[in-house]
Amino acid sequence: MEKAEKPHVLGYGQLALVLGLLLILTGLTVAVSYVHLGFWNVPVALSIASLKASLVLLFFMHLKYEGRVIRYSFISTVLFLAVMIGFTFWDVAFR
Amino acid sequence: MTSKIDTTGIRIGMWLFLYSEIILFGGLFVLYAVYFHNHAQYFAEGGKELNRVIGALNTIVLLVSSFTVAASITAIQREKKGQAIGLLLFSLFCGVIFLVNKYFEWGAKIHHDIYPNSATLQDGAPGLNIFFGLYYVITGLHGLHVIIGMVLLSISLAMILRNRITAARFSMLENSGLYWHLVDLIWIFVFPLFYLVL
Amino acid sequence: MTETQSFFETPSPRGQTGIKAWLLTHDHKRLGLMYMWAILFWFVLAMLLGLLLRTELMGQGRTIMGPEVYNSMFTLHGVIMIFLFVIPAIPAIFGNFFLPIQLGTDDVFFPRLNLFSWYLFMFGGMFAIFSLFFGGGFPDTGWTFYVPFSVGTKGNVSLTVTAAFILGMSSMLTGLNFVTTFHRMRHKEMGLMQIPLFTWSLYATAWVQILATPVISITFVLVMMERFLAIGLFEPDKGGDPLLYQHLFWMYSHPAVYIMILPGMGVISEIIPVFSRKSIFGYKAIVVSSMAIAVAGSLVWAHHMYTSGMSDVSVFVFSLLTFIVAIPSAVKVFSWVSTMYRGSIQMSPPLFLSLCFIYLFTVGGLTGLVLGAAGTDIHVHDTHFVVAHFHFVMFGGTGFAFFAALHYWWPKMFGVMYSFRPAYIGAVLTAVGFVFHYVPMLILGMQGMPRRYYDYLPQFETGNFLAGFGGYLLCVGILVMFINLFFSLRNDRTAPADPWGGTTLEWSIASPPPMENFVAPPEIKGFPYDFSEVIARSRKEGR
Repeated sequence: MEKAEKPHVLGYGQLALVLGLLLILTGLTVAVSYVHLGFWNVPVALSIASLKASLVLLFFMHLKYEGRVIRYSFISTVLFLAVMIGFTFWDVAFR
Repeated sequence: MTSKIDTTGIRIGMWLFLYSEIILFGGLFVLYAVYFHNHAQYFAEGGKELNRVIGALNTIVLLVSSFTVAASITAIQREKKGQAIGLLLFSLFCGVIFLVNKYFEWGAKIHHDIYPNSATLQDGAPGLNIFFGLYYVITGLHGLHVIIGMVLLSISLAMILRNRITAARFSMLENSGLYWHLVDLIWIFVFPLFYLVL
Repeated sequence: MTETQSFFETPSPRGQTGIKAWLLTHDHKRLGLMYMWAILFWFVLAMLLGLLLRTELMGQGRTIMGPEVYNSMFTLHGVIMIFLFVIPAIPAIFGNFFLPIQLGTDDVFFPRLNLFSWYLFMFGGMFAIFSLFFGGGFPDTGWTFYVPFSVGTKGNVSLTVTAAFILGMSSMLTGLNFVTTFHRMRHKEMGLMQIPLFTWSLYATAWVQILATPVISITFVLVMMERFLAIGLFEPDKGGDPLLYQHLFWMYSHPAVYIMILPGMGVISEIIPVFSRKSIFGYKAIVVSSMAIAVAGSLVWAHHMYTSGMSDVSVFVFSLLTFIVAIPSAVKVFSWVSTMYRGSIQMSPPLFLSLCFIYLFTVGGLTGLVLGAAGTDIHVHDTHFVVAHFHFVMFGGTGFAFFAALHYWWPKMFGVMYSFRPAYIGAVLTAVGFVFHYVPMLILGMQGMPRRYYDYLPQFETGNFLAGFGGYLLCVGILVMFINLFFSLRNDRTAPADPWGGTTLEWSIASPPPMENFVAPPEIKGFPYDFSEVIARSRKEGR
């Protein structure tokens, strides 16, 4: 079992830095959308979105400082979501 | 058994709830993935009809509000009540801007006869109907979550004003914040999937 | 043991009296009992609906009801049994009552949320009733609400799916509460491998409840949107794909099967060692298999769709994955049987019902493999074979585990002991009736009688008549068991703290338990199924 430790305090500067990164990534994904990359457009857009989501999760939502229970269970949830989408394609992609 | 409040436990409970929210939207993302696979070029066509600028603006609004909510927790932890109140008010203001933007965006689309079961979509390509159907369902459900998030933040704000949330006990604010970030998180995926598909 | 007041005499929060002490309670034990009365009501109602259905089918043609009534009856039977009985039965009643006690704590982590879940459950049930009398009449889609029929039918599908949505929410919040309690309220000295198996199975179930339930929620929201807005997300001529509805539906509803059966398996894992006076065989294997069932059970949903026209690749993949789920289930059956081997077995109603469970669940599991294999499934898909199969699992499995749990924990919950003879008679009648009821259906299915049909060919009449006869026997058996239990409530509260010789924590406290569960700090054993003390005690008493 985890111990109830003192909550981690994130400074304003640190949070602002994360916000800055998020805004830059938003600009980047909009900019990339004007460039025609063919097939790669979607993977690039989703990778940037995942990167942004990770930043929000790790810092704004303090996931980086949480204990094992929350970290592992979050990963399981993402895996379950991946299975939901992925396994549907066993059907859809081969129909 | 323990008289002390177990804040970690409360957070675990909130995260478990957030998982269920993630999967709730996940069901819609399953639909999106499959229909994108089936109607790729119509999704690109539909995406071009959505206003990328408004979409980007809304993204920025939500990101900034997420930052201010996170900062308000820091403020409370540092016992700066005034700052926390200001930051939360600003976050709520961002939420309102987001909804107003959404209102005009939906309004413009509906004005152009693009809404579920409209004549344009009925007679148009099936792929476009699906794209806009999903657009309305997902952004609609997301908008509902924005409203719920704003209600939670307002409750937290009221509790701060009445000194029910303090540096010693701020689980309510923390959990409302988590919910608000989740709303942001979903939008981070909705934005490229609808506005930036090409 | 010192004299303590039981939770019946001590309201929580303090100061509430009369009906308020129940309706506003935060006490997990009172909530467990409140769930019990509600769930028993729904169970008896749905059982009688089922009996009417089988009566209709006992003879060819119209017997007691018309085809429309028949359609809405099997819908109601399914919806009530699934959402209001099988899913909540064991977690909401026995989970609420015993999970905190087995973990050595005084309540669940979010007691008020627990009360809220109960209200959601009651509201959901009320909505289900309302849906019958408002709008376009009885819903007639079957509990699966398949599109396009559920979107087009005049029946009041919207209210029924709202009810299911609310009930799903209630089930999800209960799961949330259990997981948090498991992690944060567990007694400090209790390590992961010292947790009783019933609690472990509830933990595995809770994860499925949290992660799978939202899928059905969103699916039902989409059904309602289709009904009101006609978006066309599942309509082929509007670009939709009706098969996606089935994918989403089974993405929840298959894992839901494990929400239903896992707690039942947990009950059996408690009862078998106690009445064999022998430590459970393969404790870790059972823990791992519970978690493995929860994980693997989430990967196999499309095996309900072999004949729906989905791709051959997915038929192959999902058939393969389905066989994997059989492994952890078999591990459990093997462990239970091995626990009994060379044990000092004491027959009792809970043990008898558990043995019925093992037998009937095994039949259910094996017929499941017939359905999991694509080749044989296509032959018997949507026939009475399927009906018999899932009743063997859901009723022969979860239902019998539920009866076993009632008989096992009844003295602890109410502090009264029931008489054994009527319990045995009821259990035997139920088991014999069960076999008479469902075995003919297996055969009818293989002969080609479809499920959900109002009428049938003449050659199926014998089988259907036998099944109906078995149904009456079954219902009589269940009523005998229930009436026997209820009569016991008139007895004095004289049940000892440990009437069976159990080793888990709930048997170390008074029956019925005091409000805060543990008056003295609980003593956590190194291993929860260590019977040396129990055996020594009974030797001393010269038994």
